[in-house]
Amino acid sequence: MTDQTVLDRIKNEVTTNDVVLFMKGTPVFPQCGFSAAVVQVLNYLGVPYKGVDVLQDPGLRQGIKDYAQWPTIPQLYVKGEFVGGCDIVREMAQTGELTTLLSDKGVAVQARA
Amino acid sequence: MTGPIADRIRDKLTSRFAPVELSIVDESHKHQGHAGHDARGESHFRVAIVSAEFVGRSRVDRQRLVYDALKDELADRIHALALSTKAPDEA
Repeated sequence: MTDQTVLDRIKNEVTTNDVVLFMKGTPVFPQCGFSAAVVQVLNYLGVPYKGVDVLQDPGLRQGIKDYAQWPTIPQLYVKGEFVGGCDIVREMAQTGELTTLLSDKGVAVQARA
Repeated sequence: MTGPIADRIRDKLTSRFAPVELSIVDESHKHQGHAGHDARGESHFRVAIVSAEFVGRSRVDRQRLVYDALKDELADRIHALALSTKAPDEA
């Protein structure tokens, strides 16, 4: 079971930042191939986001799994809503659904040429 | 030639989803020396399932169903699971 303070911290992160990626490592130095893949998608779409490194905090690493009821990392959140992990983010990027989701939620996207 | 974990994954997914298509690829060899790599192997898998169970369900719901079916294996042994979950008309 995860401490309520950890769950509150997660809730605060995902509601005060438009796009949040819970990941292993940082956007500059991802420590896992799946996290790196999502970073690549977000960078490609040109969407500003906050990366949260779960490796810095074992409580958070477990807490984020309990929060989303999702057993793996990375996890992407848009406007407080859990979008998915690496497979889902990649699929949605390929089909264009991710761009649609971001613009529907009012998040500015600036695709790079 | 598949290992015991791959066989367990196959058994559980087959009974839970009655898949039209199921592929299980052990990619553990690609992750040697990486965090989460298990010396016994069978730690990283790529699974693709086509099943009528996924009709009308969101991507997140579909993957949750798979994670739930494999929760013992995920807790015990599987470090990474790349998933493709499709309904028959999407495959």
